Amino acid sequence: MSGDSSSAPDSDSRPMPGEQPAPDERPHPEGRRNLEGIRIDPVVEAEHESRRAVISALVEDEPGVLARVSGLVSRRQFNIESLTVGPTTVEGHSRITMVVEETDPGIDQIEKQMAKLKPVISVGEVAGNAVTAELVLLKVQADDPAAVHAVTEMYDGRTLDAGPRTITVQLTGDEDRIDDALDAFRQFGIIEIARTGQTALARGDTPTAPGEKPGTAGEPTTHDD
Amino acid sequence: MSDTAAQPREDDPDGSEEPTEREATDDAEKAVSTGADSVVAALEAAGAETAFGVQGGAIMPVYDALYTSSITHVTMAHEQGAVHAADAYGVVTGEPGLCLATSGPGATNLVTGIADADMDSDAMLALTGQVPTEFVGNDAFQETDTIGVTRPITKHNYFASGADTVGDTVGEAFELSRSGRPGPTLVDLPKDVTQDETDRTPGTATPPPGSAPDPNADPDAVEEAARAIEDAERPLCLFGGGVIKADASDAARTFARTYEIPVTTTMPGIGSFPEDEDLCLSWAGMHGTGYANMAITHTDCLIAVGTRFDDRLTGGIDTFAPEAEVVHVDIDPAEISKNVHADYPLIGDAGHVLDQLTAAVREAPDASAWRDQCAEWKETYPLTYATPEDEPLKPQFVVEAFDEATDDDTIVTTGVGQHQMWASQFWTYTEPRTWVSSHGLGTMGYGVPAAVGARVAADAMGEPERDVVCFDGDGSFLMTMQELSVAVREELDITIAVLNNEYIGMVRQWQDAFYEGRHMASDYTWMPEFDKLAEAFGALGLRVDDYDEVAPAVEEALDYDGPAVIDFHVDPEENVLPMVPSGGANGQFATAEDQL
Repeated sequence: MSGDSSSAPDSDSRPMPGEQPAPDERPHPEGRRNLEGIRIDPVVEAEHESRRAVISALVEDEPGVLARVSGLVSRRQFNIESLTVGPTTVEGHSRITMVVEETDPGIDQIEKQMAKLKPVISVGEVAGNAVTAELVLLKVQADDPAAVHAVTEMYDGRTLDAGPRTITVQLTGDEDRIDDALDAFRQFGIIEIARTGQTALARGDTPTAPGEKPGTAGEPTTHDD
Repeated sequence: MSDTAAQPREDDPDGSEEPTEREATDDAEKAVSTGADSVVAALEAAGAETAFGVQGGAIMPVYDALYTSSITHVTMAHEQGAVHAADAYGVVTGEPGLCLATSGPGATNLVTGIADADMDSDAMLALTGQVPTEFVGNDAFQETDTIGVTRPITKHNYFASGADTVGDTVGEAFELSRSGRPGPTLVDLPKDVTQDETDRTPGTATPPPGSAPDPNADPDAVEEAARAIEDAERPLCLFGGGVIKADASDAARTFARTYEIPVTTTMPGIGSFPEDEDLCLSWAGMHGTGYANMAITHTDCLIAVGTRFDDRLTGGIDTFAPEAEVVHVDIDPAEISKNVHADYPLIGDAGHVLDQLTAAVREAPDASAWRDQCAEWKETYPLTYATPEDEPLKPQFVVEAFDEATDDDTIVTTGVGQHQMWASQFWTYTEPRTWVSSHGLGTMGYGVPAAVGARVAADAMGEPERDVVCFDGDGSFLMTMQELSVAVREELDITIAVLNNEYIGMVRQWQDAFYEGRHMASDYTWMPEFDKLAEAFGALGLRVDDYDEVAPAVEEALDYDGPAVIDFHVDPEENVLPMVPSGGANGQFATAEDQL
């Protein structure tokens, strides 16, 4: 036996042998064996379906941090849909929001591997009910300006530029709404699109990245007034 | 300290920067020094004793600062030699290895060794020169984006941003390399940063926040794992390289012996448990022992410590430990359930968690029948080879001859290939940090520079009496044998046994097994005579062709006080067995060529 009692679990927290349930009665991982005693592991054998997840990381705003994150994604062949970076309320911290299409074990690996990057302060999947939004600029043909204007209004968009041959519109919203809007604009002939990719914040008091202490910075990081 | 600042700077092409006379100051505390002085001061403060490297333009200020340092510098013939030597030095001493190279080709020549250290989780700090900051990005002479090149193969790399902070950066990089899961770090040092003056002395180096995880596993999780171990009928320990890196061999031995649990190791875990003990089944995997692979296949509780379940260990994941509940101890949470699902994940330092488990398990599992079974497998599937009189010298015999002629504390280094497998199979390892090899990356050419690093390490530890034996292949030896010149210059007492089969033998074996014997580019009959080559370097050179020459040559080489090379001409057709074909089931290993 090791004499290093300092690393042993606190003996008070351990039930005495007499209090222990018999081996058969002790809790075991479920569904591990078949009748032949061969392990059946529901975690290993499960056919994992890919799903879409929004991962938010709070990172040190230092040179190369984006390259570290994107390099990790490509090196480990994670399937990524979009990636956005921007400042936070804390000077020197940035938020990276990634949308990935991965299995549950894949999402788990992304989080764990990202957490190992030195500039990453905290990282986690944003809860399913998070607020997400994306900004899109799209340029359509201006053959029917009134109809373009009507569709823009319908999706709460803004017209940024209107010329004799093209109209450029700005749309924001969650992904489904953007996709619907793009379907609606397609009738006019979409010439060019620029999408920012999704960005997200958790609802209410929940921090967006785990352990993140939401800032209550009194001063805005940008002065636009 | 030499006053370099008083000299015009060679890399100040437009002369815009006036040479500044150092002011004669009587304020000793505020003595002006350079960024390079700060780098060296940080290294000394962190405990670095030895550096391996190659000079060059952009790193010259650091070398100049080393001129008066307590750090011993070993000049290597090639930067790849420097990085492998530093890696091996780290493995043997347990301290981070340290290597230096200049910008551009110096840095890119380190890349293989950094990747090697990354794959094997070896603590190491690489310092690379860089062109002056103002030239970065302009494709200047000997400029390479070293940060970009080494980003995916380092634990973290740093671009030094100024003379005032460079010392702290280097100190942090040194500490980070050995905190938590070890790995290589790199600091890229633009020449202006190391040349510029600073009055800052680097503080005590600490690893960056969050990089030193809690060494203890969650006590509740330990309790659950302990119950699973108690209930097991066929428990098996699998000790990986993490056990050795955590200096947890004693804790591992205590755990396995206390509860009489059979032990197998991974290849990097060789030496964590004495291979001559009854409980030990030696190492598992593609060319591991048949009995280790049988035990893995039939265990019902695999206690895996400090292993990342590499594919050369597991074979096909579906058939790896198919009947086992898996207790996985690792310091890196990302390794948990990455390759093999962990039923009982224990995140923590190998030594601490093994102590926790030893304390938490109340009764040894009832496994006497299982131990008998393991012993029977040892009888059934021994590591063996035949020595027919009409066939050439067998390489395995050479390994055994060296093992018999040397003490248990002998350090073995290897290249990569067949000779590496024989060196691991037919040598009985009993102590940690005596097996120094390239595992994850499989770097041919690792052996000779590693022997240099291991020798320097043993000498630095005050153990000059330990033998250092490098087993190399003819292909591996030819890749880095220029480092023999370093061994001669430094009068390093190493013995290099080239198991020369005039093939890149592992490829030849695979070609015979899987490519219908088509020996494309694997025939190495064009090798030089290594004994004469050794003599040209100034080393002792011997050649052996027959069994009766082996023992005298081994004795002569080991007795020789300096580097010795024995060119063993061994059976070119000998294969490494047993073998689990790539992706195959561990329990279905081939013990003869015709089974492949």
